[in-house]
Amino acid sequence: MRAYHLTVNGVRRRVAAPPHWTLLEVLRYELGLTGSKQGCDKGDCGACTVLLDGRPVLACLTLAACAEGKAITTIEGLRTAEGPDPLQDAFDRTGALQCGFCQPGMILSARALLAENPCPSRAQIRAALAGNLCRCTGYTQILQAVEEAQAEDSRPATQANS
Amino acid sequence: MAARDIHGTAPPWGESFSIIGKPQRKVDGLAKATGEARYTDDLSLPGMLHAKTLRSPHPHARILSIDTSAALALEGVVAVITGADLPTRYGVIPWTQDETALAVDRVRFIGDEVAAVAAVDEETANRALDRIEVRYEVLPAYLDPEEALEHADPPIHETRRGNNVSKHVELEFGDLEAGFEGAEVVLEEDYAFHGSTHAAIEPHCALAHYGPDGLLTLWSATQITHYVHRALAHVLGLPPHRIRVVQPCLGGAFGGKSDPFSLEFCVAKLAMETGRPVKMLWTREEVFYAHRGRHPMRMHYRTGATRDGRITAVDARILIDGGAYSSFGLVTTYYSGQLLTGPYAFPAYRFDSTRVFTNKPPCGPKRGHGSVQPRFAFEVQLDEVAEALGIDPIELRRRNLLASHSETINGQRITSNGIAECLDVVERESGWKERRGRLGRDEQGLYRGLGVACSMYISGTNYPVYPNDMPQAGVQLKVDRSGVVTVFTGGNDIGQGSNSVVAYLVAEELGLQLDAVRVVAADTDLCPVDLGAYSSRVTFMVGNAAIDACRKLRPLIVEAVAENWEVEPRRVRLIGGQAIDLEDPQHHMPTAEAFQLAEARCDTLGATGSYNTPTLGGDYRGGTIGASPAYSFTAHVVEVAVDGETGRIQVPKVWCAHDCGRALNPTLVRGQIEGSCYMGIGEALLEEHRVNRFGLHAGPSLLDYRLPTSLDTPEIEAFIVESLDPEGPYGAKEAGEGPLHSSIPALANAIHDALGIRLRELPFTPARVLAALRKKREERGS
Repeated sequence: MRAYHLTVNGVRRRVAAPPHWTLLEVLRYELGLTGSKQGCDKGDCGACTVLLDGRPVLACLTLAACAEGKAITTIEGLRTAEGPDPLQDAFDRTGALQCGFCQPGMILSARALLAENPCPSRAQIRAALAGNLCRCTGYTQILQAVEEAQAEDSRPATQANS
Repeated sequence: MAARDIHGTAPPWGESFSIIGKPQRKVDGLAKATGEARYTDDLSLPGMLHAKTLRSPHPHARILSIDTSAALALEGVVAVITGADLPTRYGVIPWTQDETALAVDRVRFIGDEVAAVAAVDEETANRALDRIEVRYEVLPAYLDPEEALEHADPPIHETRRGNNVSKHVELEFGDLEAGFEGAEVVLEEDYAFHGSTHAAIEPHCALAHYGPDGLLTLWSATQITHYVHRALAHVLGLPPHRIRVVQPCLGGAFGGKSDPFSLEFCVAKLAMETGRPVKMLWTREEVFYAHRGRHPMRMHYRTGATRDGRITAVDARILIDGGAYSSFGLVTTYYSGQLLTGPYAFPAYRFDSTRVFTNKPPCGPKRGHGSVQPRFAFEVQLDEVAEALGIDPIELRRRNLLASHSETINGQRITSNGIAECLDVVERESGWKERRGRLGRDEQGLYRGLGVACSMYISGTNYPVYPNDMPQAGVQLKVDRSGVVTVFTGGNDIGQGSNSVVAYLVAEELGLQLDAVRVVAADTDLCPVDLGAYSSRVTFMVGNAAIDACRKLRPLIVEAVAENWEVEPRRVRLIGGQAIDLEDPQHHMPTAEAFQLAEARCDTLGATGSYNTPTLGGDYRGGTIGASPAYSFTAHVVEVAVDGETGRIQVPKVWCAHDCGRALNPTLVRGQIEGSCYMGIGEALLEEHRVNRFGLHAGPSLLDYRLPTSLDTPEIEAFIVESLDPEGPYGAKEAGEGPLHSSIPALANAIHDALGIRLRELPFTPARVLAALRKKREERGS
């Protein structure tokens, strides 16, 4: 076992886990943050995507030890006291969630995209989400959700959640 | 029999709907978006053990002995089970039960389950698997269906008396000979559909708990809770009332979670043996081997038509590669012929379908079960007929359409039918008349073309998997003084949104706000039986059951309010969370108060509702298979851009018009249409479930098995056509499977429009495009 010091969703967490465990294993099975999903466990599907210092990474290919000293954001960390993130809200509103299994990773990839490029084109959204496989939607409603959230992001904060 | 008008297609409270037909959020949407939703692997119980499965390394072998002692001796291992512990045969179709949870004496494909270990963690369980010693006598493996038809020494299933035939169906309708004699053009070709798999992003997972009271609880990523319940009782030898099966939130299924699976029996048995909760999560590789995906089919079609384009006869011979076990194969074999008899009228039709066992992962139901492959072949052949006759392919299809409220040649009752409108829509929206045959090469030098195809699909089947006279769908309502109505349904929400659909219907019927309806689903202890999420039955059947329950409950509430207000009950309307006096709208009360009045007047409030199909289908053996209370209809136009140098096919755009009856929530319907188109285009261009000559899966990962990404997926424009069905809930029919079918042949026909080549074998890889181009050049040259 190894002791880890991880900063997850703004909170410092200390946790003991085997030294070879991935970030995904520690998040899901030690910290109870089951929003990050395991679809393939080998970096092919993107369902485990989390943000490390704002950049999307595959938690199933990241050793937990490598996440120490970095800010880890999981899907649970996007929602604030004021309510869900505009992306979460837009995914719900537009029908972008069918089974919902790929969506935590998808939403985090989209969040990273919008942080870097607040007004991406549809082609840029497609490119940014190409590492997150969705088997239900055919992506169309997902693209629509990101576009709607992007419009909401750019509105003044007071209106964003109204 | 004529279509039944059960609940009517009209809004329950007058002119318009409050909730139905408008975009609505899903009842579990925010839970999913925020990571709150709990899927099976998100659950854990105190003291839980982890289980893993040992699988066969041989495609076909006898098991001579299994020694588990070294595995059991490993520290951290709590139990090991083998086929001797679970020898009872099961299978989803009662007449073809040929599976066991773990192999007994024989393994039949690489990946067949042999033993299972429960240990303190997955790593220990995996280490223990290496210590199980199995001695095999390797047998000849049959990897090709034609080879498996010719040789069966020994047969893959010893019960099959010297052959490997899983099911053979031959049915003939009308006068085939006369049909072909009356034809002025006859086309005859071979077509081949490869295997494809579901690849739901959530792998299979099951968790079992066996209490000291002898009650077994299984949480499983299944799309049919009820059949798992029955299969567990059968295999474990437990009385069904000591078993509870719960489906947590499910991460996609597409048919791939319809069978009872080995892991469900194994965790249950291991929990019973150890007295501790046991979980098993399959790896992605294991999911590929578990498969139950689309059957590869080799199809020979002969179609006759008159000079003016009327179909006179269709004759099909189909060889179906079933893989190692029966699964739903009996039904698949029938579906391969029975579901082709619309949307066109066939004066004469014959099909001869043979499903053969091979030593490969078992095939089963995948979205558009058994009918996607024949639809591909026939719609391409129809295009060839149109070409031979010089008739526009849309026009040719129009000349053969079945009417609404008619009957197919094989005796299926057609009720509402919007196919003509579907064709009109895609013709108009794609610019068909102006663009087809005239696109030529675009500015990048790519050859462009348009193709069309149509299809028809069932809204549930009228025949349950096991014959019985009980309802196919049941719903129970519980009314709370707080104003909340809880709906209990055995229906499985697999992401398609069936829980939301039920909530919309109940809210509409009882005049509630959507947030005053809660849905508890797919828990065999809490919910009345529903037969599960397959054959596109849930909206239709559970929807009707929900309306039935509401219509029994509603008068109790209305009468209590009317009595309180001392008015006629017809003046009371429940709407928007209020009870309102129609003649004096100032007079109203919150629904919660109305519920309290009704409870005081009538006793504890609740209601049950159900749905059962009418007797349907032709009067012949197999005549009920493919019979559905209502059919959906689809038309596709697909545009392609093909690189003549590399053979690479791109799909810039798909137009899909789907007749789903009333769209209860157009957002969800659109999602089903778009998801279906995506899946069809994916299996046409990229995906292939291929087993190599050693019986090994050629690429059991999501990298090698190429699901379309957001970059590969075409722009899809979905159009909803609403031919209100008399029997559907408010007129609704299915939307989840139909719109896949015609996407594939429409793509094939578009390739022909672009390049003049006919691709009759899937998937449409660059190599096949180039080979067809070469052949075309050679034919021209000669």
